[in-house]
Amino acid sequence: MNNNQQNSKTKYLILILSAVFFLIPMYVLLVTSFKDFDQVSLTTMWNLPTTFSLAGFTTALKKLAPNLMNSFYLVIPATLLSAIMGSLNGYVLSHWKFKGADTLFALMLFGMFIPYQSILFPLVQFLQSIGLYGSIPGLILVHVIYGLPITTLMFRNYYTEVPTALTEAARVDGAGIFSIYRYIFLPISIPSFVVVFIWQFTNIWNEFLFAVTLTSRPANQPITVALTNLAGSQVVHWNIQMSGAIITALPTLIVYVIFGKYFIKGLLSGSVKG
Amino acid sequence: MKKTAKEKLISFAILSPSLLFIGIFVYGFIGRTAQISFLNWNTFSRLLQGEKNYVGLKNYIELFQNPRFQTDLWNTLYFTLFFIIACLAIGIFLSLLLNNKPKYGYLFQNIYLFPMAISFVVTGTVWRWIFSPGTPGDPYGVNLLLSRIGLTSFQWKWFTSTESFLFFNIALIPVIIAAVWQFSGYTMAMWLAGLRGIDEQLIEAAKIDGASNWQIFSKIIFPIQKPITLSAIIVLAHVSLKAFALIYSMTGSGPNNVTDIPAVYMFESTFRANRYSTGSSIAIILLMMVGLLIIPYLINSFKED
Amino acid sequence: MSLKSKFSIALLLSFVLIFSMVTLAAAQDTKVEIFSWWTGGGEEEGLQALFEVFKEQNPNIEIINATVAGGAGSNAKAVLKTRMVGGNPPDSFQVHGGAELIDTYVKTGMMQPITGLLEEWGVRNNFNQQILDMVSHEGEIYAVPVNVHRGNVAFFNKAILEEHNITPPTNIYTFINALKKISEESDVSPLALGDKNKWTAGHIFETILVGTLGPVKYNGLWNGSTSFDEPGVRESLVVFKEIMNYVNEDHAALTWQDAAQRVLNSEAAFTIMGDWAEGYFKTLGWTPNKDFGWVSVPGTRGSFMVITDTFGLPEGAPHPEGAKAWLKLIASKKGQDTFNPIKGSIPARIDADKDKYDPYLTDSMHDFATVTLTPSIVHGSAAPEGFVTALNDIINQFVTTGEVDNAHQRLIEAANEYL
Repeated sequence: MNNNQQNSKTKYLILILSAVFFLIPMYVLLVTSFKDFDQVSLTTMWNLPTTFSLAGFTTALKKLAPNLMNSFYLVIPATLLSAIMGSLNGYVLSHWKFKGADTLFALMLFGMFIPYQSILFPLVQFLQSIGLYGSIPGLILVHVIYGLPITTLMFRNYYTEVPTALTEAARVDGAGIFSIYRYIFLPISIPSFVVVFIWQFTNIWNEFLFAVTLTSRPANQPITVALTNLAGSQVVHWNIQMSGAIITALPTLIVYVIFGKYFIKGLLSGSVKG
Repeated sequence: MKKTAKEKLISFAILSPSLLFIGIFVYGFIGRTAQISFLNWNTFSRLLQGEKNYVGLKNYIELFQNPRFQTDLWNTLYFTLFFIIACLAIGIFLSLLLNNKPKYGYLFQNIYLFPMAISFVVTGTVWRWIFSPGTPGDPYGVNLLLSRIGLTSFQWKWFTSTESFLFFNIALIPVIIAAVWQFSGYTMAMWLAGLRGIDEQLIEAAKIDGASNWQIFSKIIFPIQKPITLSAIIVLAHVSLKAFALIYSMTGSGPNNVTDIPAVYMFESTFRANRYSTGSSIAIILLMMVGLLIIPYLINSFKED
Repeated sequence: MSLKSKFSIALLLSFVLIFSMVTLAAAQDTKVEIFSWWTGGGEEEGLQALFEVFKEQNPNIEIINATVAGGAGSNAKAVLKTRMVGGNPPDSFQVHGGAELIDTYVKTGMMQPITGLLEEWGVRNNFNQQILDMVSHEGEIYAVPVNVHRGNVAFFNKAILEEHNITPPTNIYTFINALKKISEESDVSPLALGDKNKWTAGHIFETILVGTLGPVKYNGLWNGSTSFDEPGVRESLVVFKEIMNYVNEDHAALTWQDAAQRVLNSEAAFTIMGDWAEGYFKTLGWTPNKDFGWVSVPGTRGSFMVITDTFGLPEGAPHPEGAKAWLKLIASKKGQDTFNPIKGSIPARIDADKDKYDPYLTDSMHDFATVTLTPSIVHGSAAPEGFVTALNDIINQFVTTGEVDNAHQRLIEAANEYL
């Protein structure tokens, strides 16, 4: 027993020390965001603000607000679509392999390493030719496509652990591809959906390169473009910039908190395995 | 049970939209990039005129002869290697600590995930501040903290150091720390998702048989988690090749390119210098490097299935 | 499964969202899309002030303010190029006058000449003629220069100079002596530099280059009448190396803003920066001529290193009428005097209302009207973008290695390739 208590103390010590490491930059971010611009300097970066200023937050909020909804219009459909398509792809590629399926998977996977900076010109021209350039649906399409390799990979490797015997048994009972997916795979996929949601939501929310090149009108631009636009061409007001970053990060944090719950509960541990 | 023709058809139909999209948006564009890399489109007007003058491997040869690009390749190698190892080690360790639902585990989990939510441009700047060395008389950031606790001998020049060891620019260490800070939480999440699926009875049984914690981890948990670890490695490799925004805002290229990476060079070539063919060549070299790393791994993992 | 029904509702909603957005493209009156990288601080306020005047003059034209921020316009330039290549130009866009405009957009046939318009509005002769030359190609003018920044300025902390009995240096030798004196007598850095972003070191180099060559020979580098073999080019590298001995050792960790703060905090004596630093000092509460002083970078008194933002009329602009109205405004005295005092720059016109500008800017306006203009390399006015990138690379490595001959050789090679 004593040993156990000792263990759990060590464990908490490690958890807390790690948390401190993870929070140090957050501390800098927070104190800077509450400073006045003339207090922001490298020499005093660890110091608390001498006067508590909300100037950074009010300025940032005013400028970010108009673009906030655009980000939701973009991120929610793009995350859902890429997760669902990835889940179906992963299901087929792990349990309904046909000849050449592995090769197709490898080819899909390779797609996530494409360096985005080098394909902007053809991408813009292609989107223009299909009439989606400059619009949020165009941006959704791009994010879904470039998200597919990663979501497919995550689901495939998660489903690989599900014994094939389970699928076989269901088939013997006369279940089709879709009903097996729906009644066996979907219910056990929740932790994996959480991982994929967190990834896609965060990445699409924070993505800047496509956002800025594929939407030219300010009315269509997601929040990251507005966030970058808080900086001037020569002078950067770091208090505003960091306040803006905190505001921009809030929706993502809420996603973590909401979906993270499904994680920790461990809804299904052990129920289908073995 | 053999798969029926209908089942095969349906499974292919499920994949086909993705395959079509990826065919165009990935392979179509890669083909285009490869083509440009063999052209002489190294000015804006040549790009606009679109006249195809093939110059063979000229752009590639120039790159490999360029000291900056050589540095970039070493930097990528070391950055990717250390970044992936550290993210996996820390992520797995944290997920194991959080697995049996300790009190406040939920809180800790969110704290570790937290960094991923914040714009890289801003976290890059925060890390630049933290690792800004300042001067010996007036230390900044970490050096200031070290001098406060009397560890002045641990102060060094961080990412402004131009020293290297076996082509490893030690200025990359702070950059790797920043990247690990941002992404190890995600490795933790991936592992945690996998751990949720492991049958606890399996572990209980091993405990009863007198297996040590390390044995349980290395003989039971790790093998089960292998597919997930593979996903994590590939995702991290993807991140490390694209750590552009973080590195660009944290250190830029660094003195004498000690923290330069190909993505930064590619961006400068393409959009600053108007050297599209050079930029495309860098892209193709990156893709080939990825291929060299990933494809054997994949073949190996398919064989095991 | 409640989670599942949530999924389907969310999925349904997202489809509805997509389609509602597609159909939202509404029709409106005349518009004008102005593309710039003026997003923060004074420059944004200046732009907004211009928009206010524009709306008064053109109530029927709706302004689309397409701004993209980040590092002296580097993001904006990437976006702009992507749009131009995609055949989707804005109605008017910000571009640095000189090579960036001429080499990238004019020679490629993407711009329309506006000489006739400037004559029609009767403003052609109100501009500094040297600056109009920078936006001209084969006798036609292609853009309206709206503001001018000076690159070759050394700002200094007055108190530190007084403490060391140093009068503001005027040539490179007195400058180096002053740096030396400060480094021997105190702990402060003689010269503050923050070259985390490469261009700041290149910025110092070009101001030294103009000093060792003189403005005429310097300008000759860009039309081929001066060669990079010229001894003055090598000498500039030697001088630059000498000066680098006096910069703060952590320069690679800082940006120009951090470096400027060193001067403000009395941790450094000088900093060499474009005069947007003057605006920055003022936001931090410093008074020109009282707390900080300035000289042209020692040895460059007869030169005015120009960084100018210009707007032109792209071929295929969707709303050329709107664009012309915009150009007319920014070419007018009112337009220039609205924007520049807020932005902290001087007008490209020579008939501006001096009362609206602070002591530094009036001083700069005087020099602008009297000395030789030299286009900046690192800010895109002197040479094609390929050369700028190469130069920044060469100087970045030179700062660490200090190999003069190697750097000179590579400069010559870059010049052969790009100029």
